[in-house]
Amino acid sequence: MAVLDILVYPDKRLTQVSRPVDEFSKDIKIFIKDLEETFRSYPGCVGIAAPQVGRFERIVLVDISHKPQHNNHGFLVLINPKITSCEGNSLGREGCLSVPDYTGKVERAKSITLEALNGNGDKQELKISGYEARAVQHEIDHLDGKLFIDRLVGRRNSLNKRIELSTDLKNDNG
Amino acid sequence: MKNWLMLTLVGKDRPGIVSEVSRVLFDMKGNLGEASMTRLGGNFTIMLMVCIPENIITVKEKLRPVCDKLGLSFHLDEIEAGLHQHIEPDVRISIHGADEPGIVALATDALSEAGLNILNLESDVGGYPESPVYVMHIEGVASDGFDTLDKALQVLAREKGVVARMTPIDTMVG
Repeated sequence: MAVLDILVYPDKRLTQVSRPVDEFSKDIKIFIKDLEETFRSYPGCVGIAAPQVGRFERIVLVDISHKPQHNNHGFLVLINPKITSCEGNSLGREGCLSVPDYTGKVERAKSITLEALNGNGDKQELKISGYEARAVQHEIDHLDGKLFIDRLVGRRNSLNKRIELSTDLKNDNG
Repeated sequence: MKNWLMLTLVGKDRPGIVSEVSRVLFDMKGNLGEASMTRLGGNFTIMLMVCIPENIITVKEKLRPVCDKLGLSFHLDEIEAGLHQHIEPDVRISIHGADEPGIVALATDALSEAGLNILNLESDVGGYPESPVYVMHIEGVASDGFDTLDKALQVLAREKGVVARMTPIDTMVG
């Protein structure tokens, strides 16, 4: 087990789109353990995505169970997650290990239906809502090279302009 | 220790204020920090941290011509400051009602008594001139807990006939 280094914005690698996991090797299982240890080493953190530690595969971990006021599914390992439907909107405040010392308001779907593989490679379908749905959407965004500061709303959205520039850089990199 | 100045500036709103003022600071190798710039009642206002190698007298001399040209009055203070010191708010409070003298003093007095540390306050007057409506949004830290704050807001709402509500902010960090 190891705590991995977190990529921090404006590191351009955070804008990279991650590839699907196609093989459940022993290496993947070890990596998931390390990824779990990494996000649990940050107090208050509720999730992480593989690209945040520089591994560009579609793996997301979420665990909000230490906030029992919110409905939750416990520790979620989501591999190749796909949101199949969304419902409603909600505004909430987000922060990110990859964007230290900044938080902002972001609009997300209130509830989502999701297909993903679990840590053993078994298919699962989940209906997730509220705070947990926010966390899952935030992490899945990382797999597509998006950060919460790409989605800021409201008056304090001063980073929007800069993000548009970084999107152009992403296109240049193919 | 870095040499931080706080620039406070106000004047009749017109296009170009931000760019001309920040150009003067940039030409003196000033590095801008956190800032709040907004239009209030037809005036444009700036509160701006700038880290600058020049001393305060030189900065004043360089700012004066451009501020005179744009009809702006300004003030500079040497401050002890630093970046990366954000405090995360844990509560949002909204108060609105018919505009009455003293509502801010009464509300913030009650909130301060109830342990609120204000981090950000935005207020506006809307409605028709003959029936103005006051709207205030506050974000802060509830140091004596949410219940104490909620009770204070209920008393305020009852006694002043305003709508006052609070929403805990549970920042999702992923």
